[in-house]
Amino acid sequence: MSDPMRIRAQVQGDKTTVRVLVSHEMESGQRRDGAGKIIPAWFIQSISAVYDGKTVMSAQWGPAVAKNPFVQFSFKGGKAGDKVSVSWVDNRGDKRTDEAVIS
Amino acid sequence: MKWSLMGLAALCVLPLSAAAQKSTADGIAEYRAMLQDGNPAELFEARGEGLWKQARGPKNVSLEKCDLGKGPGVVKGAFVELPRYFADTQRVQDLESRLLTCMETQQGFNAAEIAKTPFGAGEQKTLESLVAFISAESRDMTFNLPQSHSQEKLAYEVGKRLFYLRGGPYDFSCASCHGEDGKRVRLQDLPNLTKNPGAGNGFGAWPAYRVSSGELWSMQRRLNDCYRQQRFPFPGFASDATIALGVYMGVNGKGGVSTAPALKR
Repeated sequence: MSDPMRIRAQVQGDKTTVRVLVSHEMESGQRRDGAGKIIPAWFIQSISAVYDGKTVMSAQWGPAVAKNPFVQFSFKGGKAGDKVSVSWVDNRGDKRTDEAVIS
Repeated sequence: MKWSLMGLAALCVLPLSAAAQKSTADGIAEYRAMLQDGNPAELFEARGEGLWKQARGPKNVSLEKCDLGKGPGVVKGAFVELPRYFADTQRVQDLESRLLTCMETQQGFNAAEIAKTPFGAGEQKTLESLVAFISAESRDMTFNLPQSHSQEKLAYEVGKRLFYLRGGPYDFSCASCHGEDGKRVRLQDLPNLTKNPGAGNGFGAWPAYRVSSGELWSMQRRLNDCYRQQRFPFPGFASDATIALGVYMGVNGKGGVSTAPALKR
């Protein structure tokens, strides 16, 4: 079971800025363990954010993204008190969705 | 030869005077400020808070009655007063060794076994998250380690001895790198840990999230790496020697502000 993301969303004027800290190993598949065996790749493949039923950000990620990634994006609109939800799916099929209230 | 050198010098003068050159330390500070917004130590803080309240271990109890020096269960402000003397164990203890005591006496874990566990594995992982949570509760508070008990004074003197003890294949001591102002290893400026602001900044920034290893390092893990770099054997997790060093640096850093858990390269 993966740990929750830390999401902060702030509205300023007509722009909402969202900052997300994701807890994930993001193993590249290029590293070897102590015994010399390759550590299997394990990384987030897609990440997206939904506000008001619409996808406001979506991205495809690969093995080159660092461990515990930080992602920041902004979208037009957004009201304080509304919710933004962020979800990811990794290459093992694990999923996680977390929500944050816009402030 | 002389002419070309002069020419070079003349060429260099212009850009230097046009914009004050940014030092390496400024560059590193900028990098840290950029990442501070998304310091992954926060993930460890959140996990640590959960672990603090969760009933665990053979006795299935939480750590909420653990006395970190300010009374059972008091977390806020405890970090900036550690290491300190504890009457129940009759030892000076830092945060990690105190947590080991609580995990053993309250939750029924085997402290010696956890101390032997490699960093980042098993219950050591639990400890790191707890350390992140507890230190974060004292963020922006001022270091004020007690020095009233004779054991605390003794620990300071032992720590000082250890700090200046030279040995190993390179004849290093902690003081070789951290005993003077303006020293560095390659591009990294080294804090002078014998006085402030060096001691406050240096000691006060651990535990920290290390971007290079993607892990949260406790002070004990940081000291382990210091010993590795000196080619010394590590005195052992939560050993009296490492705690004494913590007392020495912490007392020297009195008045410094805690930024832990910080973000390091």
